[in-house]
Amino acid sequence: MSETADQLLTTKDGKPLKAALAKALRRDKLRALALIAPLLIFVLLTFVAPIVDMLFRSVENDIVSETLPRTVIELQDWDAESGVVPGDATYNALHYDLMIAAEKKKHTQLGTRLNYEETGISSAFRKTGRRVDDFGEGYTDQFVALNEAWEAPATWVDLLASPDWVKSQATWAAGDQKATAEPSFVINDTARKALPQTSEIYGAFARTIQVEDQDSPTEEEPWNAVYSALYEDLTANPAAADAFSGANEALLSEAAAAVATFTPVDIKALFVKADKDWGEPSIWQTIKTFAPAYTSGYFLNSVDAQLTADGVQMKPEDERIYLFLFGRTLMLSMAITISCLLLGYPIAFLLAHLPLRTSNLLMILVLLPFWTSLLVRTSAWKVLLQQQGVINDFLVWIGVISDAGRLVMINNQTGTIIAMTHILLPFMILPLFSVMKTISPNYVRAAKSLGATNWTAFWRVYFPQSVPGIGAGAVLAFILSIGYYITPELVGGTSGIFISNRIAYHISSSLNWGLAAALGTMLLAAVMILFLVYDRIVGIDNVKLG
Amino acid sequence: MKLKTAILATSAIAMMSGTAVAKDMTIVSWGGAYQSSQKKAYAEPYAADHSDINIIWDESSNEAVAKLRAMNEAGNITWDLVDVVASDAIRLCDEGLALEIDPDEDLAAAPDGTSAADDFGDLLVSECFIPQIVYSTTFGYRSDIEAWNGKEPETVCDVFDTETFPGKRSLEKRPINNMEWALLCDGVAKDEVYDVLETEEGQERAFAKLDTIKDDVIWWSAGAETPQLLADKEVVIGSTYNGRLFSLIEEQDQPVKMLWDAQVFDLDGWIIPAGLPEDRLAAVKDFVKFATDTQRLADQAKYISYGPARASSAPLVGKHADLGIEMAPHMPTDPANAKNTFLYNYEWWADYRDDLDAKFQAWLSQ
Repeated sequence: MSETADQLLTTKDGKPLKAALAKALRRDKLRALALIAPLLIFVLLTFVAPIVDMLFRSVENDIVSETLPRTVIELQDWDAESGVVPGDATYNALHYDLMIAAEKKKHTQLGTRLNYEETGISSAFRKTGRRVDDFGEGYTDQFVALNEAWEAPATWVDLLASPDWVKSQATWAAGDQKATAEPSFVINDTARKALPQTSEIYGAFARTIQVEDQDSPTEEEPWNAVYSALYEDLTANPAAADAFSGANEALLSEAAAAVATFTPVDIKALFVKADKDWGEPSIWQTIKTFAPAYTSGYFLNSVDAQLTADGVQMKPEDERIYLFLFGRTLMLSMAITISCLLLGYPIAFLLAHLPLRTSNLLMILVLLPFWTSLLVRTSAWKVLLQQQGVINDFLVWIGVISDAGRLVMINNQTGTIIAMTHILLPFMILPLFSVMKTISPNYVRAAKSLGATNWTAFWRVYFPQSVPGIGAGAVLAFILSIGYYITPELVGGTSGIFISNRIAYHISSSLNWGLAAALGTMLLAAVMILFLVYDRIVGIDNVKLG
Repeated sequence: MKLKTAILATSAIAMMSGTAVAKDMTIVSWGGAYQSSQKKAYAEPYAADHSDINIIWDESSNEAVAKLRAMNEAGNITWDLVDVVASDAIRLCDEGLALEIDPDEDLAAAPDGTSAADDFGDLLVSECFIPQIVYSTTFGYRSDIEAWNGKEPETVCDVFDTETFPGKRSLEKRPINNMEWALLCDGVAKDEVYDVLETEEGQERAFAKLDTIKDDVIWWSAGAETPQLLADKEVVIGSTYNGRLFSLIEEQDQPVKMLWDAQVFDLDGWIIPAGLPEDRLAAVKDFVKFATDTQRLADQAKYISYGPARASSAPLVGKHADLGIEMAPHMPTDPANAKNTFLYNYEWWADYRDDLDAKFQAWLSQ
């Protein structure tokens, strides 16, 4: 239609007809959308969102940089391939990070995370976390020996707290202490500039005891790590006392003069003593490699590779399983789909062509397994298929096989294929049946009347019309079988288990959800690709459920 | 099973709303004979004195670790007390999902005044773990195998001897225990097993030993499988939890005997999920204090053949509630059974589990 013709057409009130039509259509669309909105929102919230969240875990890795912020910064300048451990500054940074993490009980989580990449890190973190609060004790003792004031919580508050906080804390302490929490601790600006490390660690200490233990900095002696930070600040900046005034200035100048004579504590040696791994470059390489907030580590793991300091490498031969399992899952699922088709097609054909009463009875037999528990069906197969089972006993009894030559039909791939075929058969039969029901018998009759044999009439006329049912049944059976894990676990032995068994293991047992998510994503991608291939070859329009 | 639990839970809640006052406490355990022993030994006596507490039982212990993590992320902890094995307790504690306890404050002292920390002793393997029972993973064998010519297995290494003791074996489908047994039977001294297993060569050695019986092994993943396989004569010898073998031998009267050699001790107990609101925490702590006292732990042994985790409970172990037989000789901790035991190293496995599991699975599928 031409532009001018459109412009000529208007509604009664003079609006262009095109706009009025679009408006009416839009209203219809909105109404339709409103109708499906409950379902759409439900699906988005309960299905799509959790899946997206789960998939996101496969790359998420902020735990390292969040738990060890100082260490990660120090490690940036360290050459991972140098073959030597990083300098003392890194050990000091780790000392502070680990102290804070251990108080918040985050260090074991980080240890578990890094243990996925390098065996042994979990216990290194756990052991060190137990001892880290003593690392700075040498400094604490020396400061306290110098002046007992360093032992008093009030000294520290006086030195580091902002005047505003002191005031609001006093107000809070005078009131009903249980009603509200103590105001959260604030460092004063002088201290932040003159004693940067001490302020930072003390701040972390104050926040931690306030939040985790509901204690007050005015009553608790600081961590040993705070003394060690003070030692470092005063060594780096002996004139720090000048920024303060009064008693604080005197106290700090005394300390600044004394620190030069202090016996330094070898933090690195303490780490190595807690766990010898800290003296090896490999643990530092792992921390550095997994410092970024996003990682490809889980995906690499899921294809039997790993991220190392030297880049991506394949895992050692004896640890590669996932690619192999992906392959086996696809192969076995195809075998199961094909055997479902071979068994299901004749049954569906019978169902569609027998008189109603007989076919209804047959239909009940097909549906019966649906009403039986999956575990019961699987266990029944065990009884039937095992070496001392019903089938073997029968074969021995009729003399087909000898007692010594009983068939192994379970705890291997055969077991998986048989049990899964049985379970998935209805998913093949039902779409086939509903498609076959719609095929008019007239076509076959016409073909026969024109001289076709029974076979030709079936193969050239009937079968092509049933292909949409085959497509639907095959896709259903295949996708369902790819995700099964209970049945393979029970009857698959070692050669009949699927990738989903490993996913289940990582979800429920090893708690490596990142790897499980990566494996799941891979599986999802594999199914999508197969689906696209199927669309190319057969055409998705050819799939019918009835 | 889940559906069943859900229905039970809902109907329990429905019944509850009738009476309205009682407070719910959800306790998660393993189901089966074990859970019913807990009900009889702990929950029923407790309920007699505490009508204001309504205990709801859940059977999800085998997926407790994952579910607790999911609950924690959702910020809605619906469980009050969870029964887990020690290695899971360590993991939950590491993840910050379980509450740390103070044994002397949260647990009852022994009747003679021994503190709880001393009474449980070394079994307090994690700051979050409240031990209940000692169980062991050990072997049972059929005593009616003709091909064995009257011989019976005496040591764990007979499992690896397919010449003298032909037939299928069943082993658990995971590296833990199997690797240790393999090394022990390959001539490694008991106290060196984990040092050897830490090295590549040691792992290869263990796999090589397992290779010698690989074709004769049916691998199990649920504790009920070995008893079933033994009863069906599918296997002639197999590993499982000692309590399962007890019920196979004593309750079902099967021709099966216990092989206690190199049994691996393991622990099962409670953890309290982290992040419970204070009123629920107080209620559950009260229950735990009651349920893990000396008498209660000894009582549990009336119903199931697992050893109480308290030293002070051992002398109080009596007869089986239904069968009327003395339970002490069936305990893994009984001196006659514990002549040669193996101590499972939790910390070592926490480190090496994922690594060895990958290798084990790769080895299995070769």
